[in-house]
Amino acid sequence: MNEDLYNYILGIADNSLILGQRLGELCGHGPSLETDIAGTNISLDLIGQTRSYFQYAAKLAGDDRTEDDIAFLRLEKQYTNVLLVEQPNTHFGYVMARQYLFDVFHLLFLKELQGSKDETLAAIAKKGIKEVSYHKRFSGDWIKRLGDGTEESHAKIQEAIDDLWTYTDELFDSTAADAVMTAQGIGVDVSKLKDTYYKEVSDLLEEATLATPESKYFTRGGKKGTHSEHMGYLLSDLQYMQRTYPNMNW
Amino acid sequence: MTIALQPNIQEHLLATLALVSDPEIPVLTVLDLGVIREAIEENGVVRIKLTPTYSGCPAMDVIGDDLTAAFAKEGKKVEVELILSPAWSTDWISEDGLVKMEEYGIARPLSETADKEALLGNKKLVKCPQCGSTQTHMVSQFGSTACKALFQCDDCQEPFDYFKCLK
Ligand SMILES: [Zn+2]
Repeated sequence: MNEDLYNYILGIADNSLILGQRLGELCGHGPSLETDIAGTNISLDLIGQTRSYFQYAAKLAGDDRTEDDIAFLRLEKQYTNVLLVEQPNTHFGYVMARQYLFDVFHLLFLKELQGSKDETLAAIAKKGIKEVSYHKRFSGDWIKRLGDGTEESHAKIQEAIDDLWTYTDELFDSTAADAVMTAQGIGVDVSKLKDTYYKEVSDLLEEATLATPESKYFTRGGKKGTHSEHMGYLLSDLQYMQRTYPNMNW
Repeated sequence: MTIALQPNIQEHLLATLALVSDPEIPVLTVLDLGVIREAIEENGVVRIKLTPTYSGCPAMDVIGDDLTAAFAKEGKKVEVELILSPAWSTDWISEDGLVKMEEYGIARPLSETADKEALLGNKKLVKCPQCGSTQTHMVSQFGSTACKALFQCDDCQEPFDYFKCLK
């Protein structure tokens, strides 16, 4: 098996899996019917993309591993999602800030990945671009609405952006698998997306009457499997059924 | 590079395929929807290539099961393969399907540019499937399923689904 490609795929997919799980936790708890449906729709898209990646990874593994094994039966240290996506659903503004900060990256990333020499990854990316464009429009609109809304919504969304800012830089870290895959024309050099990302985000923040944080202190670790405290709780929820009733089916 | 957009379906399989409908929009068959990209029978096994509308569309698993059940009645086995490329587009919904969709109460997808204008709220372009008025507004960008947005008519006041353009 091509270990680098396998790890590379999991690195991409874990972001979608964990963010999808986070949004799924909100099913039935959104502040309004529309935002509730939107959150679960976005979650569904992300989990759908995750399935495509994991099905491909399971095929590459060539043993009896399935997409579900990859999703449910790894240990915390084996998940390589960025810290940003595992942050908890503190409040709606926080959820939208987390979403937007990821969506901008996600779309830039998929637009590059669609040019991958790996046909399956290119196909998943092409499909994902259509979906993620909708996600970004939704989260971006909310950032503007909350920023340009009431005094309270403005203060809360600014605080959420400030809090989550520390997790943005990790998006552009290159892992060992990244480097190998990029050299082969399969992967994306994420470090090249950084300037475009920060420009786009700060333009939208300005439109939303919000300040772009100036902090240069960034937190990282997720890509190497070192997660925040929140991850353990998330995984115990995600993995509960498969751990308790191995191989159970709906 | 040209991509064959016309699905490769053997003629004698069409009637059975037409029995399987989308579980979420039951008036549309899988053929109307354009999700069957290939169907070929070899030695009693029907090999079907199915493409999802959206990545996470839960209807795909159901459609796979329904296809298996439909051909089982003829004593045929089915092998379904999910393919992602080329990605499904609303252009693949048949004209017949679009008419049935409207009669069912779902507004048909607009062109890509018109869709953007409508979803951004710049122009009133989505036609109410109840009264035909275009005096409508978007209530929610995301609707009852991933492929739809929720609209409301300003004339007859009825809420309705709009099938979002996907290209
Ligand atoms: Zn009307």
